[in-house]
Amino acid sequence: MRSFDGTALQVRFKCGVTGVNKKDVIREFSGGVRAMAPLIVAVMPIGLVFGAVAASKGLSSLEVMLMSAFVFAGGSQFVAMDIWSHPVSWGALGFSALLVNIRHVLMSASIGTKMPAFSGSAKYAAMLLLADEIWAMAETRAAQARLSAAWYAGLAVPFYVVWVLTSLAGAVAGAFLGDPKAIGLDFAFPAVFVVLLMGFWKGRETGAVLAASAAAAVMTQQLLPGVWYIGAGAAAGVIATLVLDRRREVCA
Amino acid sequence: MTVDPNVFLAILAMAAATALTRISGLLLIRFVTIGPQQRRALDAIPPAVLMAVIAPTALVTGPAETLAVLATALAATRLPLLAAVATGVVVVGVARAVIGA
Repeated sequence: MRSFDGTALQVRFKCGVTGVNKKDVIREFSGGVRAMAPLIVAVMPIGLVFGAVAASKGLSSLEVMLMSAFVFAGGSQFVAMDIWSHPVSWGALGFSALLVNIRHVLMSASIGTKMPAFSGSAKYAAMLLLADEIWAMAETRAAQARLSAAWYAGLAVPFYVVWVLTSLAGAVAGAFLGDPKAIGLDFAFPAVFVVLLMGFWKGRETGAVLAASAAAAVMTQQLLPGVWYIGAGAAAGVIATLVLDRRREVCA
Repeated sequence: MTVDPNVFLAILAMAAATALTRISGLLLIRFVTIGPQQRRALDAIPPAVLMAVIAPTALVTGPAETLAVLATALAATRLPLLAAVATGVVVVGVARAVIGA
């Protein structure tokens, strides 16, 4: 069990800064890149499709690239294309991005406690790149070893570059692209999340979390539009843990 | 290759909203002391979020997707990430073709 005591963090932080040599940084970075490689491949068709959809809504190639570079959150970018209007309403788009990405609050709180090896500013920089896929791979790494800033950069930087460049390519190529659903490629990301989820299994208590989350997510998705279901499922899973905790305390 | 000022403003609004959600979790844990109970709640977040993301695909999209999620989960117990994902993509492609969804 890792310690989150403040002084321990301080010591580890200082050792991290003085004890890091260039070779370690390179090895950690390339470890992150290797772990991320399947997702980098899987994001390519998604970026192309996003670019093509955005171009069909009247965005210029440069605007498409700027959106991918500044926002860097695929889900909210696709939702923005759904509600895109002429003239554009920045208020509606900003608000919808806030709602779609509200799950990132939980994700950043969770991974934030696993970054004792990061300097203060590195932590904030890392959070700006906290896309779902990068977060999930960082959590997976943190469950097995100490998550370093270089490993995180290896996960995030190539993924970011590929997302921006494939959106641009999609916008330029536009309608020449086929439908990724025809060959099952739309299933690549759900499949990645299934595999990562299996890695978080820790026995019956996890089962309760998953059952609560799945039930709440499916019910919410049937009743409400948009991506409220992700927040609802996450909240239900956390509440299930707290209920189990309470019961254990009562029994003890 | 032009940028409309209104479009640029919309992009900035989306970027600011997204950055806010990604930073605020970090700010939250700075001001909340993390005891054993908070720790367990935080530990439940990764599986709970991942399950919520895939639940509609796994349970209510169609038989092809449900079958492919099961196949992927089973493959994940034996195969590395990429092979398990490839299994899921192939199964969903074949199942959709067979079922006609």
